[in-house]
Amino acid sequence: MDLSLTESEAAFRDEVRIWLKENHPGPVPEGDDAAEFEFRRAWQKEMHEAGWTGVSWPEEFGGRGASLIEQAIFNEELAYGSVPPPANVLGLVMGGPVVIAHGTTEQKERFLEPILSGEEIWCQGFSEPESGSDLASIKSRAVKSNGGWKITGQKVWTTYAHEAKYCMFLARTDPDAPKHRGITYFILEMDQPGVEVRPLRQITGEAEFNEIFLEEAQVPDENVIGEVGGGWQVAITTLMFERAGLGAVAVVGLRRTLEDLIALVREKGLESDPLIRQRIAEFQIGIEAMRLGALRTLTATMKTGIPGPEGSLGKWQWGKYNQAMTEMASEVAGPAGVTVGTDASYRFLRSRANSIEGGTTEVLQNIIAERVLGLPKLR
Amino acid sequence: MNFDLTDEQSEIKGTAKQFMADRFKPEKVRELAEARAYDDSLYAQMAELGWPGIAVSEDDGGQGLGLVELAVLLEEAGYACAPSQLLGSAGAALVITAAGSPEQRAEWLPRLASGEATGAFGAIGPAAGGEDESTLFCDLPTADVAVVFDAEGALLAPAGELDFEAVEAIDATRSYATISAPAGERMPGDAGAGRDRLAVAIAAELTGIGQRAMEMAVEYARERKQFDRAIGSYQAVSHRCAAMLLGVEESRSLTYYAAWAADAEPESLPLAAAMVSARAADAAWETTASALQVFGGIGFTWEHDLQFWLKRSRVAGRMLGTPGEHRDRVAELAGLGAGSAAGAPA
Repeated sequence: MDLSLTESEAAFRDEVRIWLKENHPGPVPEGDDAAEFEFRRAWQKEMHEAGWTGVSWPEEFGGRGASLIEQAIFNEELAYGSVPPPANVLGLVMGGPVVIAHGTTEQKERFLEPILSGEEIWCQGFSEPESGSDLASIKSRAVKSNGGWKITGQKVWTTYAHEAKYCMFLARTDPDAPKHRGITYFILEMDQPGVEVRPLRQITGEAEFNEIFLEEAQVPDENVIGEVGGGWQVAITTLMFERAGLGAVAVVGLRRTLEDLIALVREKGLESDPLIRQRIAEFQIGIEAMRLGALRTLTATMKTGIPGPEGSLGKWQWGKYNQAMTEMASEVAGPAGVTVGTDASYRFLRSRANSIEGGTTEVLQNIIAERVLGLPKLR
Repeated sequence: MNFDLTDEQSEIKGTAKQFMADRFKPEKVRELAEARAYDDSLYAQMAELGWPGIAVSEDDGGQGLGLVELAVLLEEAGYACAPSQLLGSAGAALVITAAGSPEQRAEWLPRLASGEATGAFGAIGPAAGGEDESTLFCDLPTADVAVVFDAEGALLAPAGELDFEAVEAIDATRSYATISAPAGERMPGDAGAGRDRLAVAIAAELTGIGQRAMEMAVEYARERKQFDRAIGSYQAVSHRCAAMLLGVEESRSLTYYAAWAADAEPESLPLAAAMVSARAADAAWETTASALQVFGGIGFTWEHDLQFWLKRSRVAGRMLGTPGEHRDRVAELAGLGAGSAAGAPA
């Protein structure tokens, strides 16, 4: 057991730090979503030209071949330096790794480079209005049609759908097969007559997500990832990469939220209130436990090669601590905590989604109970 | 960076697990607890393996390994709920190593490491939360020497010099006593570091207690049927078990981090020790209490073994202060400044 960085890990961190210091693009322009997105796209291009996208992807696919620990160090440095996220987050974290794991040689040649450069943005079409936690029950239907597929259906909670060139899309190809076996994983081109994108306004007032409506949208055969009917396994890979890739960044975000909360408590003169001290300590302890758990998971994943179901603990902790901290900040802030347009009220409302997005806390608990503890399935 | 046991540490863990499983089966734990006794021949075997002195330097007669190795052993001792002098002795040795004078070290460490003498520890006065308050001293009635934390630091006292009264704690798997006044010779070194290292050792035991209680509950939830189904298939029960895993894993992550920091990054130890003291105590209690709920009525009976883990978790989790006091220390170290000691809720 050694929690300090090895010499090569420390050298890697220093290299990242120096590059970021010299090339930091400055703050993201606020108030104009399109301008913000173009800013992040330009920033990704710059990162890519210097070889800093797809850090843990194998070198043969345009990555840097870094270890998962180095990937985590890289993500931490981005977060600590308040560096804007690259535009193509979903392509880098999920789309690319899935193509590398399940794609054909042609697909790797076609899709990977533009994901890295940010030239082609990816989004994710998994959830449907009637298929949230029970993802395998999706109803979007793909039917064979000369040399390709025609897809009809609806998706919801699709981040970046209005910017995306491609969508990682799950559709049912065999309605007669058991529900997990009749699903296929497609790469859907967004810019076509059969695809309509509508923004979805959320309780914060903003529209971070979209709904997409498909009416006989076309996908060629060469855009099927994995086997026809084998989409469920491909989707599971995507979700495990999603949970594994975000742990280190999430911890930095939580730490920053806690620092802000401590500053607010001091500003209000509440630092000797015993109950507030107890709660601050609980957050400090919980966030540290989450950071250490993420490191243990990384160490284990480097040995086995695939992220395990234990990753669900980190997602659960993140939602739990972020919600508790933003609730407390909203309370300590007084009227400002519930006034529209304040940072405290925004974060407080936005955090309501933390126990739903990327797997509800209840589903995560099912995964832990069934796949880690070996308890019998509900069904 | 590698957050996993080394091959050598895994081997120690395997040996300890096997040793405990062979010699401290639940019926043996019950036999010793009902007699409120230790089995000296079993402690002699542990001493033979070098366990009390595993983290004592070779110059002082120990194995010269670190706090991580001791944590591995104590986690397994907690898992088995083994009644033995191991925590009192290895714990006292940690404090003497950090705070003792050369003479104090030379007098006691080789004897504690070899098992020839056994140790105890506890606190009195403000260090125990009140003017004349004494904590329950761990292992004092059976010990040869005791570490006494007081307002100024730590004293070292041969057990014969202490005015103590044995206490029948709810945890019958260990001996406890309170003292009426501080006594002994001042230890000149860093008593705070000693106390922090001891806190990590206790947390390791608590982690093992939680792990075992969770395994017992999960096994029962798989087998026990009500309404024609295994109760573990109900989410009200399975989610309770998932919460146990979250608590136990948080406790384990914080324990091994603090144990590593004690030896490799001592400047991080005070905060790490305060964090794990609070979390390990709460997680072990919540897990054992939640396990009792999974067992239902049977878990509330004297015949059921869970009571030994449940009661030990409650007492061990309060040896060096309440979780609330540890959290107040965390708040101070996290940047809120010192709180008023009286204001810290339990």
